[in-house]
Amino acid sequence: MTSVTQDTPVGRRLRHIKHIIIVCSGKGGVGKSSVSAQLALSLYGSSPTTRVGILDVDLTGPSIPRMLGLDGHPVHQSSDGWVPVYADGSEARLACMSVGFLLKKKEDSVVWRGPKKNAMIRQFLGDVRWGELDYLVIDTPPGTSDEHLSLMEHMAPVHDKLSAVVVTTPQAVALLDAMKCLSFTRAVNLPVLGLIENMSGYVCPCCGEISNVFSTGGGEEMARREGLKFLGSLPVDTELVTLLDAAEVEESQPSEGEIVQRSFGILRRYEKTSTAPLFAKIVEEIVRSLQNPLTNGATSGS
Amino acid sequence: MIALQQAQNVPDPLSVPANAPEHCPGTESELAGKSDACAGCANQEICASGKARGPDPALPFVNERMANVKRKILVLSGKGGVGKSTFTAQLGWAFAADEELQTGIMDVDICGPSIPTILGIASEQVHSSSSGWSPVYVQDNLGVMSVGFMLPSSRDAVMWRGPKKNGLISQFLKDVDWGTLDYLLVDTPPGTSDEHLSIVSYLKESGIDGAVVITTPQEVALQDVRREIDFCKKVGIRVLGLVENMSGFVCPNCKNESQIFKPSTGGGRRLAEDMGVEFLGAVPLDPRIGKSADYGVSFLDEYPDSPATTAYLDIIEKIKQQLGD
Repeated sequence: MTSVTQDTPVGRRLRHIKHIIIVCSGKGGVGKSSVSAQLALSLYGSSPTTRVGILDVDLTGPSIPRMLGLDGHPVHQSSDGWVPVYADGSEARLACMSVGFLLKKKEDSVVWRGPKKNAMIRQFLGDVRWGELDYLVIDTPPGTSDEHLSLMEHMAPVHDKLSAVVVTTPQAVALLDAMKCLSFTRAVNLPVLGLIENMSGYVCPCCGEISNVFSTGGGEEMARREGLKFLGSLPVDTELVTLLDAAEVEESQPSEGEIVQRSFGILRRYEKTSTAPLFAKIVEEIVRSLQNPLTNGATSGS
Repeated sequence: MIALQQAQNVPDPLSVPANAPEHCPGTESELAGKSDACAGCANQEICASGKARGPDPALPFVNERMANVKRKILVLSGKGGVGKSTFTAQLGWAFAADEELQTGIMDVDICGPSIPTILGIASEQVHSSSSGWSPVYVQDNLGVMSVGFMLPSSRDAVMWRGPKKNGLISQFLKDVDWGTLDYLLVDTPPGTSDEHLSIVSYLKESGIDGAVVITTPQEVALQDVRREIDFCKKVGIRVLGLVENMSGFVCPNCKNESQIFKPSTGGGRRLAEDMGVEFLGAVPLDPRIGKSADYGVSFLDEYPDSPATTAYLDIIEKIKQQLGD
């Protein structure tokens, strides 16, 4: 992975992005999309001028539109490429792109083999008019296959901007896959900012007892063993699950004005969840690592 | 929009070879070998000559092996981490509890094989003999095949693109000496992509008896599961039913039930109604299920008194009914 040719369409597009953060985990359903969405929201909320993009490359199971309350929103074409969907409406600081926006019906399946997925990812990276961004968060599907290899291949011209966050849940079965994901980042020389342990414990809303639904502590242990920075553990937060599930979103095509209101609502409501302050610390840590790439020691591939 | 039109131009997802160019019209299409996308494809001449409209050369061998398998069941879900592998393992154990029955479990999740860990045989290896690869046996009548048995270390990532994954799946089907099986359970990775298309196309002739679809109650998961059921309809697989996993959590302290993953849009039951598939049942979230999976022991045997065990057994009974066994 050398950056011999800066001048590919993807390279030209992504040149104006300062940092690209890839959220990955070997296992499915550990909260990659929820972490990606939270990362984007938290970075967005961290200052009034930060510009954030979120790209969902989970082509056969896109969840980001639902989580940001953007279900059913169409993508527009401009002379300068596809216009991403702005979650914050006219302020246009939170850009979002997903294959979910391109589907006609919500139950339509995308049944694609590798080469088509590769082409779609190239289009997402090369044809979307992201503009200037401080951060681009990329949500990936589970596994270490076509999508991941394609991402690394197409983004080779901007390899120095890339870094990854690994998400896992505490149980052994998930840690095993997270380990495979880590081996992948090492094989492709992708620096890892750290590990997040998700779904670590559940507080009973009735008696306050903490149950380790999916065990606990496994992530921290793995981070220690592998010399990774442990970014923190997030408990199961039903409030957050409900928020990202966007229960009250109606199916009809919402008008521009409604979208603006609702999305601001999402950020406001997210900031009130008990996870938000925990995640703010994680984001602080991530931002610090990105600003001082030399001090985050044991992160790049060994 | 643009991408959507491309998706619709593919007539039959099963007829696009794994190593085809991006806009391959499919080998069975009238345009095979003649469309713009075919220029430069190594197989263009074969497609244009019409010879490629024949079946995959591996098919006769797959059919031969599968002739000895009575029931072939897929465990699917669009979403990851909803409990496909755990359910597959429980189903395998439940079938194998009957000593008269021979059961096989095939794990086609190439990038994240969990089946060996869940069944407690993670350190085993596959041996090959003159009659093919021998599955790893959990007990006399429960054989397992997974890519997990072939890796030098569990840390190793399998970084394969589609064609290589398909190659391994075809080997699992034609080279594994399953013997005579009553049930072959196929555990799949999340999504609707190469692995799913391959398994469906290889088993098309020998016939898939049906698919069990797993979901969790929240809408984000249901969205993906809707797509998976749509996929089953597209490729013509019968859906045996839908299982809702992680449905409600009983606090071990106060015994009150709460919903971790809220069924904000009606959960699995409503989805099953909407999509016209059978609702097989809901399995409550019991932390001991995950723990059993981590330790590789059968949850049904360890905790026979748990409400989750009752739910599992009910569902398995319904699956048998659906199959007519």
